[in-house]
Amino acid sequence: MGKKLAITGNQALAEAMKQINPDVCAAYPITPSTEIMQRFASFVSDGVVDTELVTVESEHSAMSACIGASAAGGRVMTATSSQGLALMWEMLHIASGMRLPIAMTLVNRALSAPINIHGDHSDGMGARDCGWIQLYSENAQEAYDNIFQAVRIAEHEDIRLPAMVCMDGFIISHSIESMEFLPDEVIRDFIGEFKPKYPLLNVDKPVTYGPLVLPDFYIEFKKAQHEAINKAKKVTLEVAREFEKISGRSYGLFEPYRLDDAEIAVVLLNSAAGTAKDVVDAFRDKGIRVGLLKPRLFRPFPYEEVAEALGNAKVICVFDRADSFGGFGPMYMEIASAMMASGSSPLMVNKIYGLGGRDFMPEDAEAVIKEMTEILDTGKTGTLKEYIGVRE
Amino acid sequence: MSTPLRLKELSKKEELLTGGHRLCAGCGAPIAIRQVLLAADVPLVASNATGCLEVSTTIYPYSAWKIPWIHSAFENAAATISGVEAMYKALKKTGRIDRKIKFIAFGGDGGTYDIGFQSLSGAMERGHDMVYICYDNGAYMNTGIQRSSATPFGANTTTCPAGRVIHGKPQKRKNLTRIMAAHDIPYVAQTTPAHWRDLMTKVRKALEVDGPAFINILAPCNRGWRTPTNNAIELCRIAADTCFWPLYEYENGRLTINYKPKEKKPVTDFLKTQGRFKHLFSPDSKDLLKQAQENTDHEWDKLLREAACWAEETETTKEGN
Repeated sequence: MGKKLAITGNQALAEAMKQINPDVCAAYPITPSTEIMQRFASFVSDGVVDTELVTVESEHSAMSACIGASAAGGRVMTATSSQGLALMWEMLHIASGMRLPIAMTLVNRALSAPINIHGDHSDGMGARDCGWIQLYSENAQEAYDNIFQAVRIAEHEDIRLPAMVCMDGFIISHSIESMEFLPDEVIRDFIGEFKPKYPLLNVDKPVTYGPLVLPDFYIEFKKAQHEAINKAKKVTLEVAREFEKISGRSYGLFEPYRLDDAEIAVVLLNSAAGTAKDVVDAFRDKGIRVGLLKPRLFRPFPYEEVAEALGNAKVICVFDRADSFGGFGPMYMEIASAMMASGSSPLMVNKIYGLGGRDFMPEDAEAVIKEMTEILDTGKTGTLKEYIGVRE
Repeated sequence: MSTPLRLKELSKKEELLTGGHRLCAGCGAPIAIRQVLLAADVPLVASNATGCLEVSTTIYPYSAWKIPWIHSAFENAAATISGVEAMYKALKKTGRIDRKIKFIAFGGDGGTYDIGFQSLSGAMERGHDMVYICYDNGAYMNTGIQRSSATPFGANTTTCPAGRVIHGKPQKRKNLTRIMAAHDIPYVAQTTPAHWRDLMTKVRKALEVDGPAFINILAPCNRGWRTPTNNAIELCRIAADTCFWPLYEYENGRLTINYKPKEKKPVTDFLKTQGRFKHLFSPDSKDLLKQAQENTDHEWDKLLREAACWAEETETTKEGN
């Protein structure tokens, strides 16, 4: 058993990084993730970790330095949010294209304009197609647990891809909650030694990273990348089983909550899932068969497994804390793809909520679940995509 | 002991940028880069900004580089090698690596003066032990001769074409070497591959420095300069003789001019060799030529004055002693 402490999400992640003791971290400050690297910097200053901290002049350079460091042959981490991730966008593709197992915490935050520093998932969803493994976390405990697992998944022999662990800005990053830390030596054994593949620093065996690849080979590279990331589903489950042994906490590709016999299913990511679970319980007490699915592994997306878990649902409401303007929310599109591919055709609606840190209250979940019961009764959906909690 | 800078000795060394790369015949860049690599007697790891050098030397599944090499994007050769160097320090600190390795970043003028300027400035300020080499051919040659901030005044490029109203690039070139000197880093220099001993000595000095160094190397591009393919070296010599491209260095902030032409030739001697300046020689462009000469003189005079100040200081110190 590790020690239990009351701590913020950012503190938890800084502690996790301390326990990982990466070789190189490159970082640029951005709210709300700043505190992670700030606290970590004091671990570097105090000599508590061996890490070389590269305090770069932009997030673009942060990811560039992470790429150089990872290719050089060591364990590399960073943290960012929002515009920072957006500025890294070009380099996110390069990190994954070069198959570099960088681990990053993404403290989810809205994107400009208008500028907003609070939590939503626009940043993470925007990085959907960058070839990174993405794990989402409901609370500080999950974010803490996920980062160790992310390191293992990213560095796995079959994967060798960068991974990001997402948690909600402010709601989790700055709020204090009680969570359990694992002992340093347990973490050390769990993550193990970093084993470099094709390190740049092996000057006796020179390698070329990032060559020019013309139409005769490019598509083969991309297919190989797709195949590699798809293997992350299996590895995520293997790593989760190992993690359960050291922590007693079990993780899967997603968390099904009272879903087995659910006719109504709601899909919610990160912290809002916690709020909605209470509401699901209240409806269950009234005899309404409602359940919840909280995705964890968003890339690669476990389509078959999600479709199976939602297999009994006649009505599904997918909540998105990000939008695709002129389209459905990104999570809705994934769930709809999963259901379509599985051959089932539940009624599906999409609710956009909580953008820019707008509170998601139990009443919001209540109102939506109530609406779902009406859809179940009538067999008719109203507006398919709707913004909720908006002042008119 | 480093290899003496004698052609006989250097010719015995292994070429680290092999033949068979696909840079244009007559390109100045590979000549400069081969000299840089030959000058080094320590193992090197290099990063490369996007550009001619990068695309032409690594067409998959081939690579012309015999040293570990990474290209990540256009604007971040300096930031990328910062990361490599940081990992080297981390592995050294924890005893996982024990040999001496040096780090070089290569970028063209676009990737250095323009889009890569921020990451270069950041890396220099942070003091990474690295040498940044800019091969300056005065435009975005790889994408079809678009102007960069290194493009000389009056040059005809595809994005500052010589037309009826605008006569080529209206602005002077950015003096990046002096901007780098303003970073107060241990070593900054400017040279050309025509002055191979000067270039290689400067690379050695840059590699010996414990901290960041910057070298700006003129690298003629026959496609963009509209010149024959057999005169890259001659063009470099004229560039230095006209003081269009002075050879100088800053060692810990102290300026030395390494080459003072016995007779400073008019800048037209440089301009008239190249098709990109052809329009400046039409009868109604006298003012432009005058302007080009004034720009060159102004920069050269600034250098002379600064060098004189340093010489004076040395004298005063001697007297004081």
